[in-house]
Amino acid sequence: MSEIERHSYDVVVVGAGGAGLRAAIAAHDAGARTAIVCKSLLGKAHTVMAEGGIAAAMGNVWPEDNWQVHFRDTMRGGKMLNNWRMAQLHAQEAPERVWELESWGALFDRTPDGKISQRDFGGHRYARLAHVGDRTGLEMIRTLQQRAVALGIDVFMECTITRLLKDGDRIAGAFGYWRESGRFIVFEAPSVVLATGGIGKSFKVTSNSWEYTGDGHAMAMLAGAPLINMEFVQFHPTGMLWPPSVRGILVTESVRGDGGVLRNAEGRRFMFDYISDYFKAETADTEEEADRWYDDHINNRRPPELLPRDEVARAINAEVKAGRGTPHGGVYLDIASRRSPEFIKKRLPSMYHQFKELADVDITKEPMEIAPTCHYVMGGVEVDADSAMSKVPGLFAAGEVAGGMHGANRLGGNSLSDLLVFGKRAGEYAAAHAAGLAVRPRIDEADVAQAEAEALAPFARDGGENPYSLHRDLQETMHNLVGIIRVAEEMERALERIAEYRERLEKVSVEGNRQYNPGWHLALDLRNMLIVSESIARAALERKESRGGHTRDDYPSTDPEWGKRNVCCRWDGDHVTVYQQPLPEMPDELKKLFEEH
Amino acid sequence: MGYDLKLRVWRGDENGGGLVDFTVPVEEGEVVLDAIHRLQATQAHDLAVRWNCKAGKCGSCSAEINGRPRLMCMTRLSLFDPAEPVTVTPLRTFPVIRDLVTDVSFNYEKAKTVPPFTPPEGLALGEYRMAQVDVERSQEFRKCIECFLCQNVCHVIRDHEENKQHFAGPRFFIRYAELDMHPLDTLDRKRQLRDEHGLGLCNITKCCTEVCPEGIKITDNAIIPMKERVVDTRYDPLTRFIRRFRSPEQPRRPAPERQGQTAADS
Repeated sequence: MSEIERHSYDVVVVGAGGAGLRAAIAAHDAGARTAIVCKSLLGKAHTVMAEGGIAAAMGNVWPEDNWQVHFRDTMRGGKMLNNWRMAQLHAQEAPERVWELESWGALFDRTPDGKISQRDFGGHRYARLAHVGDRTGLEMIRTLQQRAVALGIDVFMECTITRLLKDGDRIAGAFGYWRESGRFIVFEAPSVVLATGGIGKSFKVTSNSWEYTGDGHAMAMLAGAPLINMEFVQFHPTGMLWPPSVRGILVTESVRGDGGVLRNAEGRRFMFDYISDYFKAETADTEEEADRWYDDHINNRRPPELLPRDEVARAINAEVKAGRGTPHGGVYLDIASRRSPEFIKKRLPSMYHQFKELADVDITKEPMEIAPTCHYVMGGVEVDADSAMSKVPGLFAAGEVAGGMHGANRLGGNSLSDLLVFGKRAGEYAAAHAAGLAVRPRIDEADVAQAEAEALAPFARDGGENPYSLHRDLQETMHNLVGIIRVAEEMERALERIAEYRERLEKVSVEGNRQYNPGWHLALDLRNMLIVSESIARAALERKESRGGHTRDDYPSTDPEWGKRNVCCRWDGDHVTVYQQPLPEMPDELKKLFEEH
Repeated sequence: MGYDLKLRVWRGDENGGGLVDFTVPVEEGEVVLDAIHRLQATQAHDLAVRWNCKAGKCGSCSAEINGRPRLMCMTRLSLFDPAEPVTVTPLRTFPVIRDLVTDVSFNYEKAKTVPPFTPPEGLALGEYRMAQVDVERSQEFRKCIECFLCQNVCHVIRDHEENKQHFAGPRFFIRYAELDMHPLDTLDRKRQLRDEHGLGLCNITKCCTEVCPEGIKITDNAIIPMKERVVDTRYDPLTRFIRRFRSPEQPRRPAPERQGQTAADS
């Protein structure tokens, strides 16, 4: 076997978005020797694309806000399927995590009295999102990046982890390759934090970048850690639609939070026709009340455009299906007729720029054409709420790769706060886990050899299919058969195709050499995308009801019995197996928060 | 409407390379990165290119398009005459790794040497108070997506490899400006900016401002004000007088902030 570069750390964090950077800072602060390993350059991770803001009940704009209200909004937004303890910790700790960013140099927009300003978003009772125009993610990642650099934490950039290594049942390290050279690298570490983000690249229309191939989800499964809630995939209601080149690029929810409304081709504000019983009591039923709400949240109810994302995405889908869509098959998002050009350019500068540059649309003068886009996966690695540790000792997960926090549907703004709250917890507990071990786990050299052989396999084959065409077919299948609206027969067909794709992947070959070879990288990422896609399809087939980000045409109603159960996925050597387990039960004092309404 | 684009792409590595001609079908509304992706998926599977967001937010896909530094994801093909070839080459200021990917580690090394934000001691979390008008100046610089196009066009390092050691470049001049104009920052970094990061080497040709995809007024709003502040400190008559009587062995300390300077700045 050739000589492989080796490093030894207490904590290795895989991923350098919000969760990974926050975890690494926490692990470093706890005294652990810490490394960050990331697929892209530092500062380019998916967090950079987040637009709207960080949800935290600081009460700067509405003093009535507090963690209990945020907790309640989060649970109701998740259709009560959230892990209650995660939702509680998240609501309680988010304000301090935001203030911490400020102490590291973040410059949020301000209220008139100089505090951090907060904006309205779907499903949040009060204006709650700390923001910087519509580029909050950039501010967050840059702040964390600069903090991590100032602390001197080691960063391995453009380095992809392909396998977790174990010693018996515990984590012992990770195996990967440098993108630049194609050389292999081994990390020995008793604690590994997965902060690898989501899975959107398995779908055709997505707001996600190339990195979102479900690496952490799949590697956790392969290492024996189960996933939960994988049937819940969030389709963001407002993705760009035209021209085809921009299809799926995110249009921030802030457009609606700042006054934008949805209209069908007939000009009707159709969201008033889609207020479910579940949200009737808290949603305005006339345009007049909805418009008054922006200035007076206490005496008016929220506009239906600001219902949680699953509700809005389904409504758009239904309008288009009923023939009331735009020429390109979407609906209109209109802020031009409702706010001044100055206001729009000030509050939504990136959106203005993005539409002007890429679509020749001036959003201060005309409506935007939008349609739902695959945005976020609620499901992920099953973790302990307090420590973020998975079922595999030493393996932690934080951010989008972890499951449970958001239940069946995530509220906008709760992702960035999730990254901070559970990133910090994962880093701290990972450091404590490493410090608490009497003996460091040892890597089995046979596992390293196997990981190496697996990574090199596509080079050993000649004349096989190229990875790009296989990827395109998978995206097509997931989009068409396991998308927003699902039905058993289609998901079964998707599973048959995924099995075929797995056989095709065995034959994929790549050309060129190992130096910065995207074809090779994609061939390796496809293993992960197939495992994740199978998990989503199997979990979605298992849950015979509709709830949050999982809508079934053959089981259209929400079933209270299913509200007591999580669907879990585990890897059984050559396929995904699903099973059910009871949802952790909320203590009585928290249950009371839901009785008063 | 769609047409066949003549695309010339630089292919090679540190040992050399050259332009290779391709023909790629493209559609209405597409950007250069779409054409590059289609080329990669159908003809050149191992073509090396960096990208992430494809929405102008991450700054990964910087390249030189017909000789002009741009983000490939924000460059519409409609800018170009369909009859003429579009040439895509890697950033010239940084060493090539492979094809369109360059080694930009210079920037990450410089980033490590800028002293970070330093808040006042004893200010508790949640107690920070700043006026919107005061944060806006620094917010302009924090729009930076680190595409390094400004670094790439800066002639101080584009044509003079030897300057890289003592010169941080426009990206870091706006970082200094951002920290200097931060309402609550307490650290004086002017000595580093002048002595270690070479602000004086910039002769304000504004090439950086011209290529900034975020429209940051790098020269007018950051470099020129910082040059003035550095000069103010250096040529303050009192410190200049004191310096004349200081022996050369004594370490040079940053000049004390003059009374009233912060107020005048904000």
